[in-house]
Amino acid sequence: MSAGHSTYTPKTGLGRWMDARLPLPRLVYDSFVAYPVPRNLNYAYTFGGILSIMLVAQIVTGIVLAMHYAASTEVAFNSVEKIMRDVNSGWLLRYLHSNGASMFFVAVYVHIFRGLYYGSYKAPRELLWILGCIIYLLMMATAFMGYVLPWGQMSFWGATVITGFFTAIPVVGDWIQQLLLGGFAVDNPTLNRFFSLHYLLPFMIAGVVVLHVWALHVTGQTNPTGIEVKQKTDTVAFTPYATVKDAFAMVVFLGLFAYFVFYLPNFLGHPDNYIEANSLKTPAHIVPEWYFLPFYAILRAITFNIGPIDSKLGGVLAMFGAIAVLFVVPWLDTSKVRSAVYRPWYKLFFWLFVINAIFLGWLGSRPAEGTYVAMAQVATLYYFLFFLVIMPVLGLIETPRRLPNSITEAVLEKKSSAAVPATEQAKG
Amino acid sequence: MRKGIFAMRNVLHGLAALGLGLAAATSANAAEYPIKKPVEQDWSFAGPFGTYDKGQLQRGFKVYREVCSACHSLNLVAFRNLEDLGYSEEQVAAIAAEYEVQDGPDDAGDMFMRAAKPSDHFPAPFANPEQAAASNNGAAPPDFSLIAKARAVERGFPTFVFDVFTQYAEGGPDYIHALLTGYGEDPGEHEIPEGTHYNPYFISSASLAMAQPITDGQVTYEDGSPETTDQYARDVSAFLMWAAEPHLEARKSTGFTVMIFIFLLAGLVYLTKRKIWSDLH
Amino acid sequence: MSATDSTEHTRRDFLYVATGVAGAVGAAGVAWPFIDQMRPDASTRALASIQVDVSGVEPGMSLTVKWRGRPVFIRNRTEKEIEEARSVPMAELKDPVARNENLPADAQATDIDRSAGEGKENWLVMLGVCTHLGCVPLGQAGDFGGWFCPCHGSHYDTAGRIRKGPAPQNLHVPTFAFTSDTVIQIG
Repeated sequence: MSAGHSTYTPKTGLGRWMDARLPLPRLVYDSFVAYPVPRNLNYAYTFGGILSIMLVAQIVTGIVLAMHYAASTEVAFNSVEKIMRDVNSGWLLRYLHSNGASMFFVAVYVHIFRGLYYGSYKAPRELLWILGCIIYLLMMATAFMGYVLPWGQMSFWGATVITGFFTAIPVVGDWIQQLLLGGFAVDNPTLNRFFSLHYLLPFMIAGVVVLHVWALHVTGQTNPTGIEVKQKTDTVAFTPYATVKDAFAMVVFLGLFAYFVFYLPNFLGHPDNYIEANSLKTPAHIVPEWYFLPFYAILRAITFNIGPIDSKLGGVLAMFGAIAVLFVVPWLDTSKVRSAVYRPWYKLFFWLFVINAIFLGWLGSRPAEGTYVAMAQVATLYYFLFFLVIMPVLGLIETPRRLPNSITEAVLEKKSSAAVPATEQAKG
Repeated sequence: MRKGIFAMRNVLHGLAALGLGLAAATSANAAEYPIKKPVEQDWSFAGPFGTYDKGQLQRGFKVYREVCSACHSLNLVAFRNLEDLGYSEEQVAAIAAEYEVQDGPDDAGDMFMRAAKPSDHFPAPFANPEQAAASNNGAAPPDFSLIAKARAVERGFPTFVFDVFTQYAEGGPDYIHALLTGYGEDPGEHEIPEGTHYNPYFISSASLAMAQPITDGQVTYEDGSPETTDQYARDVSAFLMWAAEPHLEARKSTGFTVMIFIFLLAGLVYLTKRKIWSDLH
Repeated sequence: MSATDSTEHTRRDFLYVATGVAGAVGAAGVAWPFIDQMRPDASTRALASIQVDVSGVEPGMSLTVKWRGRPVFIRNRTEKEIEEARSVPMAELKDPVARNENLPADAQATDIDRSAGEGKENWLVMLGVCTHLGCVPLGQAGDFGGWFCPCHGSHYDTAGRIRKGPAPQNLHVPTFAFTSDTVIQIG
């Protein structure tokens, strides 16, 4: 998984024996020990590592929960409650898994925003970025199907609404929805196949993660300056430098995770999911889990027909478009400078985009009425403007700040200016 | 180039102004129900060191048994769970024996009734939801096993952000208490369908099918606690919180150990990190 | 100079070791719930005892009931069966231990200690699980008129004691008691 020459030399006889047959220690050494990383990576760059432990945590807790869960509409809800009440440490495992999903998304959003800020998607890392987008899509599918499994009211109606997206497709829409559900409505066949797929997809994610890390190790990490590594002093060895920094960030992140699991385990969930699914009664407000809310707001923002596209199809297209646009970001950004650190205007629009995304999330949790709809329309407009207009145009017209010659120079510059007042520094 | 930047700045100002204006306009269409938000109560199980008050749970159980259980089932709770309330094994067996549950089939293939054992769950007052609805004016009384987690009035922005720091997780019991103590005369502003009862705290409309279920003095307490509607409501809310989240105490006490451990580990890893990186500087 | 170097080294080593140990403790703590969840859950443990009405079981009749997911043989033995079992010298027994949960672990496999005890010698209550590899033996079969396991050919006598075949122990007697003359509580 590493570019460049291997510096691994086995020290023991067994090591040499192994190396000649299956050079796994060499692979690990080259990828996770000697592998050079830029020396100026900040804590925003630790979320890749955090995500990998979250994936492992979700898979491990999930496998254990599957030992007690029963995917049948008759017993699914009660089997989850049995886990919560009777299974030894069951409440802990279930809360770890349900809150773990949220924490996984917290980490992935920081990771994605970090990529957008530091221009991590730019050549030669387009495939690395696209693989990340694929992981994100798989995560969404996994999380959605996992939320159906407890068979609460939100599980049921969330599944009904989300599979309803497909009915917006002209001609074959209904056929596709029935194919997904295995019936005319969400029912036992749906629950069973969602359970099967919910178990499968995380392993597919793990597979794409391997490709993602491979691609990363071919091109090397970006870094806050956005300048490629040029000399040896620009980098440090992955172990121990990056490893221990990642470890610290992971422990802090686990602290946040534990806080929710032990003190606010239901804060990120919805009370209605503690009511067993009832196919005859829809809850007053159906809301997805928080990590889908921005897209849900975009879906509901399209309340008007666009030419031959009716509002229903328009909403679905806008929602999928909001995700699809991420895939082409490497070609939408025309800037020659990679990092937002040296792009004052991009930096401004970026932070506006972050605020806008959070705002969309809040709107997604509001009922789709009155001014909320109008606000969602404005926010949706900015979401797409950011990618489709601001990114391409800004790259052409913006005057970037002066870039340092190398990472080493940037690090030294930062150190020597540490004594200089912040206002002076900003002028750069 | 400079002109372009100025134009962008104007667009931004415009967007910001628009956003503010719209935000101000929204307070008008906040959710209509409940008419009044529940008042936050003091609960022994709130906060990072919260524990259940066993005396209160026993009182709440008494209220549930004598009042609520006539209509509301408690399907997910077994008699053996009552040991959490401070009852001994023998007391639990005695309580269970007061209930009859269906068992069978026997050798002749017939179902039969027998006294409940600690391993049995609370029997439901109605055979099925249809019977429950038919006996209650068409509105089936909900099961109470999870009611304290299945009901919570939305907190709204920015309260829900503060809740992360105050660890507010008592929306369920606050709601139940508010509902039980909130019955009153309709001020005439709402349409109250026949057979329903006005309650401004009800989560989904102005009135509900259940009439005020409990009044002062209805249940006798042996421990000298006040026999008031407020106290009954408080006790039964606590009991229902326990029914919904029986492992709350274990969760919070484990959480404390875990948080302390993570704090120490974070400190150690941070010092190690500093030591290792100090080579570079 | 070298002195400060070595104290610096000791402090560094101490920090690394402390961090490593703390990490290992954390990992072990996390591992526990994952092992814990495999144990029988609270509802399973709560079903540990059952009551059986044996008023209809005449001498020479057997009853098989399910307890903790496994069969329990309850047999009202005939005089002849009791006699047969009593006449066996202890030296002939493959397993001389009673295997009776209600008695001390070293109790001898005499007929009385295999049965429900003084005055209830006719009653035999045993786990119907062959001590070889867990099959269910057939009643009133085999070379000794007791039980015979068809899986691998273990013969038990009329007191449920292993006499021939691969099984190492007598059929186990679970914890039980007569709560009245006609009701047995198992577990």
